[in-house]
Amino acid sequence: MAKPKKGTSQERNEFIWGWAFILPTMIGLIILNIYPIFKTIYESFFKTGDFGRGNVFIGFQNYITMFKDAEIWQAVINTFKYAIVEVPFSIAISLVLAVLLNRKMFGRSAYRTIFFLPMVAAPAAIAMVWRWLFNAEFGLLNHIFGTSIKWVSDPKIAVFSIAVIGIWSIIGYNMVLFISGLQEIPGDYYEAASIDGATGIKQFFHITIPLLSPTIFFVTITRVIGGLQVFDLIFMVMDRNNPALYKTQSLVYLFYQNSFVENNKGYGSTIVVLLLAIIMIITVFQMIAQKKWVHYN
Amino acid sequence: MEAREKMMNIIIHVVLVLVSITMLVPFLWMILTAFKTVTESTSVDPFVIFPSKWLTTNFETVINNMDFIGLYINTLLLILGRVVAAVLTATLAGYAFARLEFRGKNLMFSLVLFQMMVPGQIFIIPQYLMVSNMGMLNTMFALIFPGLVTAFGTFLLRQAYMGLPRDLEEAARLDGCNIGQTFLFIMAPLTRSSMVALGIFTAVFAYKDLMWPLICNRDLMPLSAALAKMQGQYTNNYPQLMAASLLACIPMIVLYLIFQKQFIEGIATSGGKL
Repeated sequence: MAKPKKGTSQERNEFIWGWAFILPTMIGLIILNIYPIFKTIYESFFKTGDFGRGNVFIGFQNYITMFKDAEIWQAVINTFKYAIVEVPFSIAISLVLAVLLNRKMFGRSAYRTIFFLPMVAAPAAIAMVWRWLFNAEFGLLNHIFGTSIKWVSDPKIAVFSIAVIGIWSIIGYNMVLFISGLQEIPGDYYEAASIDGATGIKQFFHITIPLLSPTIFFVTITRVIGGLQVFDLIFMVMDRNNPALYKTQSLVYLFYQNSFVENNKGYGSTIVVLLLAIIMIITVFQMIAQKKWVHYN
Repeated sequence: MEAREKMMNIIIHVVLVLVSITMLVPFLWMILTAFKTVTESTSVDPFVIFPSKWLTTNFETVINNMDFIGLYINTLLLILGRVVAAVLTATLAGYAFARLEFRGKNLMFSLVLFQMMVPGQIFIIPQYLMVSNMGMLNTMFALIFPGLVTAFGTFLLRQAYMGLPRDLEEAARLDGCNIGQTFLFIMAPLTRSSMVALGIFTAVFAYKDLMWPLICNRDLMPLSAALAKMQGQYTNNYPQLMAASLLACIPMIVLYLIFQKQFIEGIATSGGKL
């Protein structure tokens, strides 16, 4: 189609309609998202004034405080620990489930419905029931295993217990993404491989994984970002006086505490800028690394 | 070969059943606990699995104490507000980004993509300050506010429009439709399934949103924030906490079981970020 010449009425027409159509979204986006990004960065250079007194410009003081703040570094470690457990396990489990379900079989849609169920439950409710399952004295888990583990109050393991909830919550979602990726792999590949004598496991590593790698990459990127933003589960499972809180609280948890409980929005902004930086760096690394293992055809 | 395949099939089903049990146990334990007394729920020797009497008192207590009807209404309004706003704005913008040529389009679309790459928490303090300065804290408007527009939805709808054939618009133009009419009568109806997907996606995430309702609202709470607040008050009364959790989860789970296909496609297949 030939492009209309400059200044034609068609072009003016599209300009007016185009802007009219995107205007609501753009106004909202600028007010709700774009401006707040800069505003948050700006706020991170201020100390929040008490009781209605104005904010005080303090330059990089919040950043200096943050880099010396052991609690922040612990939270960075906690956040990474959570993500390093949640992301690989949830992806591996859901990938296997997707492969198992990607065929005509009895009960296929029932399994899918069950695995996906946590996605439609309120995280607050999920966290509460897991907290109850994890309860050291009366919890179902210790009863079943005959143990007396303090799942969520032992500082050494609490963050991993939280990650278990995270894995449980997300595998159905990842699985559905993988199934839709698997359905795009042509069946001939597997037929050819069978004729050549490749078994199921071989097929999995030599056909499924490479051909699914764009989907795996997409899920990994979004899950890493999601995992680094963990908040709901920690907020709901960990009491303020839980001895393991210090070794569990995530960056977003500290962001919430500082901004809205202790009302130091300047410092809260600084924490969220740190989170932004961490996420951007990790995403860039993943983008570079993908060239080594993701196959696009 | 036959026998081996049969064996494999059985192993696969065993694995899937075990995973299913793992997925269901928390929900079942929620249900069982909700019908117990506190004494039963904390009995260790003997460990009580089924309540001796299926009590409904826990439900009655939390419905009355927490004004559950109000919570349902608040959650419903929050969801409706965000879904209507998101689908409407994203449909319009998605069409323009996919099918119209105009100055500034690429710059504006890069803002849409930019928003999708940034962690959502970075918006929250300024959004809170805006709502606060407007004097709108503790209102339904405050709850809906961050969801008035959606970069993700705009992207999703743009993809949907890009997949439609060009001749449709040509034909409509020859018939004398202007751009608005072409959009409204020809193109928009064809993306209905993407609109439904976006609607469900928006609804589920509005329902699951916890931090924003905690921040902006003390009175008009949706279910998620109310559960969090309740946990602070009744720390160890697990039967009541489970009853409340169950009541909070049931509407969405019932909808999910009825509209499974749409839910799974809407939430997951439309790709999406969390």
